[in-house]
Amino acid sequence: MPAIEILGLEKTYSVGFWRKRPKRALFPLRFTVEDGEVFGFLGPNGAGKTTTLKLLMGLVYPTGGSARILGREWTDPWVKAQIGFLPEQPYFYDYLTAHELLEYYGQLSGVPAKQRKQRVEKVLDQVGLRDVRGVQLRKFSKGMLQRVGIGQAILHDPKLVFFDEPMSGLDPMGRREVRDLMEQLKHEGKTVFFSTHILSDAEALCDRVAVIHKGELRDVGAIEDLTSSVLGKVEVIWQGSQVPASIKALGAECHVTGDRVRAIIAENQQDAMIDALRRERLRLIAIIPVRTSLEAYFVEKLRRAETTAGSVA
Amino acid sequence: MNPRQKTTTIASICLVVSLAASSFLLHRIDRLRPQATLDEVLYLSSPTVIKRASLGYEGLMACIYWTRAVQYFGYRHHFDAESYNLLAPLLEITTHLDPHLVVAYEFGSSFLAPAPPHGAGQPQAAIQLMEYGIQNNPDNWRLYYDLGFVYYMELKDYKKAADTFERGSHVPNAHPFLKILAAQMAQHAGEYQTARMLWSATFQTTQDEQIKQNAVEHLRALRVDEDVQHLEEAVTRFGERTGRLPASLAELVAAEGLAGTPADPDGHPYKLTPEGRVEVRVPDDFPFATKGLPRGYKPAPKFHAMP
Amino acid sequence: MRTRIGYIASNTFREAVRDRVLYNLIAFALLLSGAAILVGQISIEIEKLVVINLGLTAVSLFGVVIAIFIGIGLVSKEIEKRTLYTVLSRPVRRWEFIVGKFFGLAGTLVVNTFFMAIGVFGALFYVSHKFVRADALILVALYFIILEFLIICSLALLFSSFSSPLLSAVFAFSLFVIGSFAEDLRNFAKMAHGVSGLLATGAAYLVPNFSAFNVITSIAHEQPVAGQLILQNSLYALFYAAMALSGAVLIFERRDLK
Repeated sequence: MPAIEILGLEKTYSVGFWRKRPKRALFPLRFTVEDGEVFGFLGPNGAGKTTTLKLLMGLVYPTGGSARILGREWTDPWVKAQIGFLPEQPYFYDYLTAHELLEYYGQLSGVPAKQRKQRVEKVLDQVGLRDVRGVQLRKFSKGMLQRVGIGQAILHDPKLVFFDEPMSGLDPMGRREVRDLMEQLKHEGKTVFFSTHILSDAEALCDRVAVIHKGELRDVGAIEDLTSSVLGKVEVIWQGSQVPASIKALGAECHVTGDRVRAIIAENQQDAMIDALRRERLRLIAIIPVRTSLEAYFVEKLRRAETTAGSVA
Repeated sequence: MNPRQKTTTIASICLVVSLAASSFLLHRIDRLRPQATLDEVLYLSSPTVIKRASLGYEGLMACIYWTRAVQYFGYRHHFDAESYNLLAPLLEITTHLDPHLVVAYEFGSSFLAPAPPHGAGQPQAAIQLMEYGIQNNPDNWRLYYDLGFVYYMELKDYKKAADTFERGSHVPNAHPFLKILAAQMAQHAGEYQTARMLWSATFQTTQDEQIKQNAVEHLRALRVDEDVQHLEEAVTRFGERTGRLPASLAELVAAEGLAGTPADPDGHPYKLTPEGRVEVRVPDDFPFATKGLPRGYKPAPKFHAMP
Repeated sequence: MRTRIGYIASNTFREAVRDRVLYNLIAFALLLSGAAILVGQISIEIEKLVVINLGLTAVSLFGVVIAIFIGIGLVSKEIEKRTLYTVLSRPVRRWEFIVGKFFGLAGTLVVNTFFMAIGVFGALFYVSHKFVRADALILVALYFIILEFLIICSLALLFSSFSSPLLSAVFAFSLFVIGSFAEDLRNFAKMAHGVSGLLATGAAYLVPNFSAFNVITSIAHEQPVAGQLILQNSLYALFYAAMALSGAVLIFERRDLK
C-alpha cells in the first residue's frame, strides 16, 4: 500500500477584496509515495511545495481532487495520529520550554501519559536538546527551533513524516544533523516526505523525487531516471600551458592561466579526459563538479518550460 | 564628553525644565480661571444620557456624583457663595443613577431649600427631589420627614407639612414622632417648641455630618431667638411698669425675677442696648438667628463646612 | 476529545499567566485599598456602598478588558504566527481548538475574579469591620459578572476567528457598550415600523443583553436577587456563548490558513 497517493489535488485562491481574481497555486497533482521511501519534493521557491503540504495537512482546503494517506482519506482524523509534520521555519509557543512543548504536543497527539514521559526524554536526546529542555523557546536560536520542530514531528512515533524545507536556515553542522536524522528515520522504516529547493540534499537522501514548478508537476521518479537525459558538467584542471589536440577533440572549453589549464567538459567525458591526460603525460590537478546532474536537469527542464510558457503566453 | 553622554545630559535637562515649566504654567492657568475648575462639574447635563453612558455601572457613577455634590456644596459654602446652581442638577443626576441613594435626598432637603448662602434657595427643586425619592423608596419614612421639613421650614406651608408627616406615619416601621409632628403642625405650627422638635429629630436621626452640623446651628439659633424674645418681652413689661428702660441686664433680671444671668448657648451674656434691644455678643456665631442681631448687621457666618 | 479540549484549555491558561495577565491583580488591589482608605473621609453611611460599587465595577471592567485583549488574539495570533500548523496537523479537530481556547480564557477570568473577590471582601471588612448576611449577595453579583465574561469571551473568540486583532477589539468593545443599553434598543425596536423595525429587532436580539446582569447597584443596597433571574441569566449566558462559539467554529472550519 502506498504511503501517500495524491489524486488530482488542486488549489486556486481568490485574490482581491471586491473583484475576486483567481490565482492558481496548484494544478491537479497526481503522484504516489511508496511505503518506507525517502521522497523528495523539489521545486524552486513559490512552486507550490508548501501549498501541497498544507493541503495534505488539512490546513488548507483543495478546490478539487483528493488524496489518500496510509490507505485512508487524507481528512480522516485517524491519519493525523500517524503522521508528523515539520513546517517551514516553524514557530512555536515561545512562552513554553522545549520540554513543555513536547509534553503538550504529546498530549494532543494522544500519547498515553506514561509513554509520553519516556518519548519526550528520548526525543529530546535524539535531537540534541537535552541540555536546554528547561529553557523557554523564545530564547532558542533558529537551529534549535528546527530541532524542536523535528522533535515534535517524531514524538508520537508516526509512520510517516512530512518535512517542509527542513534544512532552511541551518548552518552546515545543523544540516548534517538533519540529514543524519532523516537517514535514521528511514532506517527505522518510516516514510519521509520532504520538500526542498536544495538539490544536493535531495541527491544525497532521496530514493525518488517529484519535481514541481509553477504549480504543475513536471516529473516523478528516481533521480537517475530523471537525470539520465541531461548531463552534468565537470571542470578539469591540469598543469600545463597548452591544450593538446586530443583533448581539443573532446570539445572542451579551455582556459589557460599561467601554467594551469582549466577545461569544462560533460560528465560522461570525464573518463576520456583522464585517459587523454595520461597519454599526454600531463599532471592532473583537480576534477570539480561544476553542475550536478540534478541542477543540470533543473536548468534544462525548467528553463525550457519557462521559455515555452513564455512563447505560448 | 562623547555623543551619547551629551544626549543624555541634554535630554535630562530638557525633561526637568519642561516639567517645571508645564507645572508652573498650569498653576498660572488655574488662577486665571478659578470658577472653571468647579463649574465644569457637570460635563453632561442630562440624567438619562449619563445613565446610558454608565454602561451598567450606575451605582458607582451615583457615588461619584454624590461625592461631587457634597464637595461642590461644601466648597462654595466655605467661600460664602451666593449661588449653588449646580446643586440641584447634581443631585438629580445622582438620584437618577441610583434612586435608592437615600443620603442624597436628605442632603437635598437640607441644602436645596434654604436661601443662600445656606442653601441653593430652590425649595421647589427640593420638593421635586423628595417626591422622586418617595416614589422610588416608598418604605423610607425619613423621606417623608425630610419633605415635611421643607414645607415647614422654608415654605411655611404648615398644612402641607402636616399632610406629609401624616403620610409618612403610615409607613411600616415609621418613627413614632411623625404622628406627633403631624398633630403638632396642626396646632402649634409657628412655635419655637415645634421647630426645636424638628431640628432635634433631624440631628438625632441623620448620619451625615454636614446635616448634623446644620441642625446644631439651627438649634442654637432657636435658643437665641427664644431667649431674645423672652428678654425683650421682659424689657417691654419693665418699661410698662417703670416707664423707662432698664439700665442693665442685671437690673432687668432682678426686677422681672428671671433666672440667673441670661447668656447665649456659648455662655456669653446678652447685651442690653440703650434702645432696649437685646443682642448677642458675637452674632457671627449664630448664623440662623433672626433675633438679637445688631442693627445694620450683615451676616458673615462662620460655618463649619468642609472645603 | 474531552481531554484534548482540556489540554488546550490548560495551555491557554498557562499562556495567559506567563503573559503576566495576573499582574492586573496588583493594580486592582492598589485601587481598592486606596479607595477603601479614602472613602472613610466622605460619609460614614455610604462607605460600604462605595466599596461594593467600586469593587464590583472594577472587577467587571478589569475582567472585560482582559477578556477582550486576550480573546481577540486567541485565534488570530496563532494563525499569524503559524503556531497552529503543528497543532492542527495533530488529531485535534478545529472545533476542539476553539472550545479549548474558550475554556482556557474563561478559566483565567474565573481565577482572576476569585482573587479579586477576596480583595473586595477584604476591603469590605476594612470599612465595615464585620460581615452581614446580605453580603452574600456580592457573590451573586460576582457570578453574574462571570456570566458576562463568558459572553464577552465567546464574542472575542468569534471575532478572532476571522478578523485582525485591532478590528476585533473595536467590535468587541462596541458590542460591550451596546450590550449595556440593549434594553433601550429593544424598546426602540418595538416602536419602530417596517424595515428599520425589523433590523432594529434583529440587532436588539443579536447583541448581548447585559442589563439583566448588572445587579451591582441593587445588591449594594442589599436588595435580594430572584432565584428565577439567576437561573435564566445562567441559561441566557450559556446559550449566547454557545451561539457565538458555534459561529466561531463555523468560520474557523472553513478557513484556509495562510
